[in-house]
Amino acid sequence: MVSPKISVKDLDIRFGGIHALKEVSLDIMNNEILGVIGPANSGKTSFLRAVNRFNDLVPNYQMSGRITIDGLDIYGQVDRNGLRRKVGMVFALPVPLPLSIFDNIAYGPQLHGISSRKKLCEIVEKALKAAFLWDEVKDRLKKPAHNLSGGQQQRLCIARTLAVEPEVILFDEPCSGLDPISTAKVEEAMLQLKSRYTIVLVTNNTKQAARVSDRTAFFLMGELVEIDKTDKIFTAPADTRTSDYIEGRFG
Amino acid sequence: MNPRLTQRIAFAILLICTLIVIVPVLLIVAMIIKNGAGAISWEFLTTMPRAGMKEGGIFPAIVGTLYLVFGAVLFALPLGVFASVYLTEYARDNYFTRLVKLAIVNLAGVPSVIYGLFGLGLFVTFLHFGTSIISGSLTLGIMILPVIITASREALDSVPRSFREVSLSLGGSKWQTIKRVVIPNALPGILTGTVLGVSRAAGETAPILFTVAAFYLPRLPNSPFDQVMALPYHLYVLSTQVPNVKSSITYGTALVLITIVLLMNLFAIIIRSRFRRRKRW
Amino acid sequence: MTRDKRNQRIREFFIEKTISASGIASVVIVVLIFVFLLKDGLSLFKIESIQDFLSGKLWYPISDPPKFGILPLILGSIVVTAGATAISVPIGVASAIYIAEVSSPRIKEYLKAGVELLAAIPSVVLGFIGVVTLVPFVKQFFNLPTGLTAFSGSIMLAFMAMPTIVSIAEDALTAVPRSYREGALALGATKWQTIYKVTVPSAASGIVAAVMLGVGRVIGETMAVMMITGNAAVIPKSIFQPVRTLTATIAAEMGETVRGSDHFYALFAIGIVLFLITFFINMIADLYLHREKR
Repeated sequence: MVSPKISVKDLDIRFGGIHALKEVSLDIMNNEILGVIGPANSGKTSFLRAVNRFNDLVPNYQMSGRITIDGLDIYGQVDRNGLRRKVGMVFALPVPLPLSIFDNIAYGPQLHGISSRKKLCEIVEKALKAAFLWDEVKDRLKKPAHNLSGGQQQRLCIARTLAVEPEVILFDEPCSGLDPISTAKVEEAMLQLKSRYTIVLVTNNTKQAARVSDRTAFFLMGELVEIDKTDKIFTAPADTRTSDYIEGRFG
Repeated sequence: MNPRLTQRIAFAILLICTLIVIVPVLLIVAMIIKNGAGAISWEFLTTMPRAGMKEGGIFPAIVGTLYLVFGAVLFALPLGVFASVYLTEYARDNYFTRLVKLAIVNLAGVPSVIYGLFGLGLFVTFLHFGTSIISGSLTLGIMILPVIITASREALDSVPRSFREVSLSLGGSKWQTIKRVVIPNALPGILTGTVLGVSRAAGETAPILFTVAAFYLPRLPNSPFDQVMALPYHLYVLSTQVPNVKSSITYGTALVLITIVLLMNLFAIIIRSRFRRRKRW
Repeated sequence: MTRDKRNQRIREFFIEKTISASGIASVVIVVLIFVFLLKDGLSLFKIESIQDFLSGKLWYPISDPPKFGILPLILGSIVVTAGATAISVPIGVASAIYIAEVSSPRIKEYLKAGVELLAAIPSVVLGFIGVVTLVPFVKQFFNLPTGLTAFSGSIMLAFMAMPTIVSIAEDALTAVPRSYREGALALGATKWQTIYKVTVPSAASGIVAAVMLGVGRVIGETMAVMMITGNAAVIPKSIFQPVRTLTATIAAEMGETVRGSDHFYALFAIGIVLFLITFFINMIADLYLHREKR
């Protein structure tokens, strides 16, 4: 049996009095896209933000349980910034920094001490190509990033994440602000990326999970209801709550 | 009454009130320029006052004001910016922090003469700096500190949280994030606040009254522990303490003072409007 | 790479310590302001009861024995402030309404620049202009022995309060959501009816805050007041008399006191009174501003 890339064991999360996640355990494999679906407040974003320790930014956050990546406990002796470099994140709304396209991509590598112009150019080109944006922006790398369209901005954010060479990419509802055509482009990029990365995709859009993910996890009110192969979840779920949600009876 | 007519009358009254606010200030500035421009000459700006300030220039007062302002900025800008970074980015949001923030906001409204008393008590007397440039600069610096902190905090708070999250998500440390994302985007706001604070410091008289200002000292200071003359105090002295001064000298002093202050304000306005045009989030 | 990382960590450690130290220093300064004001000010109350200090009708700090009753000074401040408030509040609020609601966007920018210009002029300059224009005018127009009166001071101070009142009230009015106004206009109200029935009431707490901050500014104003109000430490019977305010007393007399004398302490005690008054006013203003935000 292949050992999992990420292993989550009995993960329990509270924000003050709110019990956001209850005893969740699951494994995520190398080079797969794990879709995470569920209604609002189901704990899916809290789950995602536990993997790059973004919940740490919230003052009254408490957690128990264990998350390991390649067998290493990420809440143990691991340096948080190093972890986040390894586990990239793409946010719900595209957030270009108020810099040029080039500088947006180069921002991450520069944080990690790369200053050679030549090296940065290589990284930027490679990242933009991987995010399928290179052809659209190669003539205007010096232009401000916020002049791009919404879909381009989101692919820019993907490229920016790729530029620091992560192993895992967390997508937090990455298409919630995009039109169908832009969404299709982002989804295509994700499918191409999975050959080299492990991807966790949190989405409100169950159809997106059906289209893109290899396996899908369904969260409800902080609990992991079930996790299985995507076609199984969508055709013959084990739990009636899952089928109710997928068929649109609530949420 | 016909509502249209009521509206017309009401708007006319509002307009009159607005003119009551705006017109006098234009008249004041015009008056100072008209009566003071004649006094302005290279000699007026660069020579010592003579004959009990009734003749000669205002050079030491100009130099004194510049020293005081420079000293105040040197002290208050780094301290104020760092303190606001601490309060917005590092301090926990607890009861104590909120109390400190509230106290600082309120200090911005404390009368300047109180800062004068404080400077007298702490710097002049307790620390034995005497009435000196250093006492005056520190007093002015502490007076503008709340202004700088409040403006900087507002500017730092206005940088979207998502920018910070992006930087952290790429593996940036907290300080890298602050240095590369937060401060650059807050800088125009910080600068605007600082310049406005400084222009206030340049025009204030009460805080320097007992901490540094010399009534009549026709020479330049030798060290930070010397007294100096300062423009606002000099204007006060000329207009109330010395009989029979040529009015052109008094107006000329006022003109130099408002020129310095208004140039600083203009600078702040330019920074702000350029930033507004660029800002897109 | 790892050495770079370690150096970076060490550097960041020191920078973050500096930042924390600055934060703490600013707290210390706040505390020091209280301490130094209290230290010298409270010394007065070893020789004078608080009650005599606050309600004594005579301020003769250098006679023998000295009298440290600040009632005339408090009344002086109140008279001048009340006059300035009576002038500046209606005019200031009205022009805030005009700038926020009536004027065209282009005119608005000029008007706001004008208000900022007024705010930028140092008080000593306004005092000087007051001495050469307003004071002789008041003397002649009302046929008084001197133009250095509470009335002149009130007018001058009104101009110092107005920029504060106008800009903060204008912010409050601008912050009223457009949908409120559109709702009223859609019901057929005129622009003016909308302003006084919807916009102004919605911005009320911000306007109150603006007025409070304006009043705070006036009470604390020193130089112009000292130059214009005549500085007679007597209980004012009319606004056309010279008066002396708390601020002017400190500014005018501190230069002539001996450090550590009772008179010196008395001026610090006045400072405490002034500090408490303005702090209280600012607190109220802050409260109203926050209510606006919620």
